[in-house]
Amino acid sequence: MPKLKPEDLEQISERMRKMVVLREGAARAKIIVHMGTCGIAAGARKIMAAILALMEEKDAKDVIVTSSGCAGLCSREPMITVELKGEAPVKYVDLTEDKTRQIFDEHVMGGKILAKYALAIGSERVS
Amino acid sequence: MAEHRMHLMLCAGTGCVSNRSLKIEESLEKELKKHKLEEEILIVRTGCNGFCAQGPIMVAHPGEIFYQMLTEKDIPHLVEEHFLKGRPVKKLMYTPPEEKAPVPKMGDIGFFREQRLIALRNRGLIDPERIEEYIARGGYTGLAKALTSMRPNEIIKEIKDSGLRGRGGAGFPTGRKWEFTAKAEGEEKYIICNADEGDPGAFMDRSIVESDPHSVLEGMTIGARAIGAHHAYIYIRTEYPIAVERMRKAINQAKEYGLLGEDILGTGFRFDVSVHRGAGAFVCGEETSLIASLEGRSPEPRIRPPFPAQSGVWGMPTNINNVETWANVPEIINRGAGWYSQLGTDTSKGTKVFSLVGKVKNTGLIEVPMGITLRKIIYDIGGGILEDKKFKAIQTGGPSGGCIPEELLDLPIDYERLTEAGSIMGSGGMIVMDEGTCMVDVARYFVDFLRGESCGKCTSCREGLESMYQILTEICEGKGKESDVELLEELCAAIADGSMCALGGTASNPVLSTIRYFRNEYQSHIRDQECPAGVCRELIHYLIDREKCTGCLLCVKNCPSDAITGKRKEPVNLNQEKCIKCGICFEVCKFKAVEVK
Repeated sequence: MPKLKPEDLEQISERMRKMVVLREGAARAKIIVHMGTCGIAAGARKIMAAILALMEEKDAKDVIVTSSGCAGLCSREPMITVELKGEAPVKYVDLTEDKTRQIFDEHVMGGKILAKYALAIGSERVS
Repeated sequence: MAEHRMHLMLCAGTGCVSNRSLKIEESLEKELKKHKLEEEILIVRTGCNGFCAQGPIMVAHPGEIFYQMLTEKDIPHLVEEHFLKGRPVKKLMYTPPEEKAPVPKMGDIGFFREQRLIALRNRGLIDPERIEEYIARGGYTGLAKALTSMRPNEIIKEIKDSGLRGRGGAGFPTGRKWEFTAKAEGEEKYIICNADEGDPGAFMDRSIVESDPHSVLEGMTIGARAIGAHHAYIYIRTEYPIAVERMRKAINQAKEYGLLGEDILGTGFRFDVSVHRGAGAFVCGEETSLIASLEGRSPEPRIRPPFPAQSGVWGMPTNINNVETWANVPEIINRGAGWYSQLGTDTSKGTKVFSLVGKVKNTGLIEVPMGITLRKIIYDIGGGILEDKKFKAIQTGGPSGGCIPEELLDLPIDYERLTEAGSIMGSGGMIVMDEGTCMVDVARYFVDFLRGESCGKCTSCREGLESMYQILTEICEGKGKESDVELLEELCAAIADGSMCALGGTASNPVLSTIRYFRNEYQSHIRDQECPAGVCRELIHYLIDREKCTGCLLCVKNCPSDAITGKRKEPVNLNQEKCIKCGICFEVCKFKAVEVK
């Protein structure tokens, strides 16, 4: 283990940034993979695995991936919701691993909503 | 290998470990494997989260979902519902006593919301056995700044300007102590970290060492640079095995990374630290006794001056500070004295860690800004008195602290104001007492503790505490005399006067403060042979209220001396001659049919 110099502290911090973002919630983007029994049956776990692999491939430092229960639209599973900081959440439906990759590149990393795969923008209004 | 998407911060502080949190970890590992989640979800063992009344605790990130009072039986459902299917489990979350809905996020829970963490800045957020996690949250940048861009006297000035005072109890200005040691003459200078923490009910230092040992090491290294010391001892009481182990691991990791030992951070500065374990004596928390113990001598205090800053371990200039004091140092260097001194009161800057225990709903460890009121601590953070009984007193500062009554609950907490009220800040213990506590018995309890721990060197402490204990015991047994209260006050003055260390010096506080605020209880015991709180066995007796008794016979089954007899569905009879006043019948009766008089 080479001895550290002051500059190295910053490097380690950078390397560990994902851990800090995850535990402190200061992310730029959040991806919610809808699980629930219907989601899992439709293949949500593969989508989750695909997203985690993409996170590593692109070295996405300030993105949080989390799961939630069924969103209610079981016929369109697997589904994910992408929420960029300060913007309305976007629901993507009928996913495959390939579509997921495109959404990750264009929306999560690039900031542009991929309309052709999106169902809706915004959240449900709860009255 | 993809990174984990969820981190489970499982509390592995001594409290939760003794409540089976490691068994919960085993269960988690098994369930995660079952659902093939072990690549996605990481279990992290952290130190104490502070909300000890609700342990075992686990916080799930992202989302800061706070799970509490976990058992192994809860784990399969939790893993499947939340971690696999994404639906957080409400029944395992914390629901405040008067409310129906749980509070999922840790930061929204009243206990945590009102706190301000500086010494405990990393608690529950890092694995204390991985130095990279400490560094990731800004660790060791304070040291880098101190070593590369500050001169020793500038470091001392920063600590002086911050207003940091010793958190071990005496509250001496830390910067000034460093200055004395820096200016003292000696071949070698030493740093000591006092982690002896002997006060019953206090676990601030244990939590800091278990959760975040590097915060202490970094602080000590900065102090060593300021003072010109190259060796340090960390004196940890042997009753803290987890703390000892974590500190040793932390020291080894820091050395591997060049953050301790030779040529720290490539600056040429060298500093080494060793861990020394105590051997079970409360008096070793006192600095000169601690130094004697380190040197292999019998732990007894000695007269001061000379202070350790002039002549300490091995006769060399030594700066000794408490764990919590050291833990504050890196943040002060990083963020500046100006930032730190904005918190707190005029005389007491910054925050303080308190262990809130006793008859309060939310027991645990808290860190709050100085100047906060006792009322806020007991009711907003503590959640009020257990079983909604009536508040009576709060004892602050450990066994040498005083008891503070209801009329002073709006007292802002700082060193001076607590002393004026007849108590002390001490190391931060806060014991809440309710209407069922006898204040004379409390005084007797603490005097008993102190007389057992007195090293015996000073006659006034050794003999004085023994006499006080005898007098207080007689009062509790109904054999007190009118002149006893005056005699106690005289003895208190004599003990304080003639003692060489703070054990004797502050032993009078529990007695004097209870006499000051609860004189009527002393008088009830002496004049009327009554114990109003219903505690002192010789003065109370138990009665069955025949109107309320349903004849369920639960008390009969539980009475250890067969003093209660009766037939089903008929009021029972209590034989006073056989009754040993254990109080079990009072505790088990569901109909409140047992009375104490």
